[in-house]
Amino acid sequence: MSLNQAPRVAVLLSVGQHPVTRRPRRADQDARALELALNQPNTDVVPIHVGQASSETEVALRSYLGMGVSQIDHLEVSTTREDILPSLAQHLKQLNVQVVLCGTRAETGEGSGLVPYLLAKKLGWPIVSGLASIESIASGSMTFLQALPRGQRRRVKVSLPAVVAVDPASPPARQSAFGPAQRGDIQLVPSTSMDAEITDAESDRQVWQYQVAKKRPKRLKIIKATSARDRFKAAAAKADASGGKVLQEISADSAAEEIIKLLKEEGVLSTNSSS
Amino acid sequence: MSESILRRNPRQEWILRNRLHPQHQALLHQQASSEPIEWIGPQGVKRKAPHRVGFIGPKGIRRIDRSGGQQGSASDASRQAATASMSKPLHCIENPKHRILVVPDMTGGRLTSQDKDLLGLAHQLAALQDATSVVALIWGEHKETQLAEAGVDELIQVDDPQCLGFSPDQSLAWLLAVEREYQPSYWLFPDSGLGGGDLGRRLAVELDVHAATGLWQIHPSGDGVQCVCRASASTQDLTRPLPRVVMALAECAEPISDTLHAVNQLTLAAEPVQPIVRIQDLGSVAVDPASVSLAEAEFILSGGNGVKDWDGFHETARVLGATEGASRVAVDDGFMPRDRQVGATGTWVTARVYFAVGISGAIQHLQGIQSCDKVICINTDPGCDMVKRSDLAVIGDASDILTALRRKVSDLKQEKRHVA
Repeated sequence: MSLNQAPRVAVLLSVGQHPVTRRPRRADQDARALELALNQPNTDVVPIHVGQASSETEVALRSYLGMGVSQIDHLEVSTTREDILPSLAQHLKQLNVQVVLCGTRAETGEGSGLVPYLLAKKLGWPIVSGLASIESIASGSMTFLQALPRGQRRRVKVSLPAVVAVDPASPPARQSAFGPAQRGDIQLVPSTSMDAEITDAESDRQVWQYQVAKKRPKRLKIIKATSARDRFKAAAAKADASGGKVLQEISADSAAEEIIKLLKEEGVLSTNSSS
Repeated sequence: MSESILRRNPRQEWILRNRLHPQHQALLHQQASSEPIEWIGPQGVKRKAPHRVGFIGPKGIRRIDRSGGQQGSASDASRQAATASMSKPLHCIENPKHRILVVPDMTGGRLTSQDKDLLGLAHQLAALQDATSVVALIWGEHKETQLAEAGVDELIQVDDPQCLGFSPDQSLAWLLAVEREYQPSYWLFPDSGLGGGDLGRRLAVELDVHAATGLWQIHPSGDGVQCVCRASASTQDLTRPLPRVVMALAECAEPISDTLHAVNQLTLAAEPVQPIVRIQDLGSVAVDPASVSLAEAEFILSGGNGVKDWDGFHETARVLGATEGASRVAVDDGFMPRDRQVGATGTWVTARVYFAVGISGAIQHLQGIQSCDKVICINTDPGCDMVKRSDLAVIGDASDILTALRRKVSDLKQEKRHVA
């Protein structure tokens, strides 16, 4: 591939499930991944879906098409239990893809979030999760912002080719339009692997049982008191002084000193910023 | 010899009986501290002095405080405090046969509540095997003082400066070095975004284990351990045999509370080889604190009725780099927008440091800051609830202190710039 050619970004799309109606829909995080890819100028976006062909799949894939892509590559597998990784990895290598974008977790099935890691292992590429926004995709590397807890961001550079999983903190996906969704093309790619071979991991999975999620029991406050008085106090007493430091009759300057000391200890006071 | 002869003091006894006597209280106190309430008599029978138990309340009724805090003098109280900490039995495992590795997130250098639950889960699993110790793996320095109470039998501290930032390949190399050396029976990670969740999945893929993710319960059954995990975007529960690598949700088990654990340091014989750096951490990006939602802000400066100089307050928040919050009164009076309200009717915040200025601490407000780690407050009333809740309380005028704080922080930044 020549250097001036636009980098090719594959987006892995899965069939989602509406949390209330359980109807098939575009998966939220995958749609966000597609949104990020579509917003990136001068890139060649290749949406890919791996799975069985069915009417439900088509409903979901059409809603991705409605976001403004003309074609989705649908790698067909024969059974639900077939491993999707070999055919997907082969397809990605054939297409000469630089970046694979995907959601963090699937909305149906196990939803363990292991697929990006397994795919990266299979391809031998680095994997980074938590993509919030792409800054640049250059010839050999990609720079992006990673979403950290508490709304913080970190700049990360990864050498290409790479698998990057999108964080739920990335910008929400655009609306899906009906017309383009109907006009778009779902290109069926037949499975390359000969037969659905059942591996050891597959046979282990036979004993797995799925149930509708029960509401998790709320944790009770357990009071381990030895005497009746302690139990009563725990049940009735208002929170006592927590043993904090109280500074009284102190000048404003020394009070400020104390506060700065604590803020520094906790590491929330950054003295580096220019303000 | 004269020491052993018991001599009565009728006058003293009379004062002790007469609670209206001016010397009654003093004598009672003296007696309580000098003479025991219970003793073993000459025939080996336990004797009690019921009149010396308790004290006479303001209405003339004898009150008995069974907590033991009443009669005790200062030495008694300190002895009690000492026994309270000693009363937890020490859980000690010599020469463990198996090990369970826990990799806590240690946000801010301390164990999070999820980490403590995870250690509880590790001990549930350890109880199923004999001589199993729970090992915590911590990256770099930490500030946690409660490791023994939380259930850490052994501790591996990785002092690799590269692992402090985001370098998953390097961290994974360390985990694999631990795997080679100790062969732990389980690896437990908190299933949290970029911390344990990411590292655990990397390890699981590297060890070729189909990890359990979103685990929230384990059931020991006949031939093995079954676990229940959240699947399909939390709409389904998956019951499966417990694998070696586990990523668990918060509240997956009860944290350890009644035992103390020996935090023995473990060392690694061989350091891992340096992997090729394919992922580079270019450092954190400055985020406008005002754009961070209040619920997930790390550092909040919150203003209440006691703030008179609102311009100064906003300026302080800017200088400190804090997200602004407010009490209900400040919002009702129109000084702050409604979406900045902290408390039961506003936002329940999770800040690590909460700085309350001029907030007295209504119960609704204190509910909203329940999960904050450190609370600092400036208030004029030393008796208010916010002062009781805070770790550092300054009694004084808010605007003076905020002005001093602004000046000092700006000076610090100036200094830094000159040095740099």
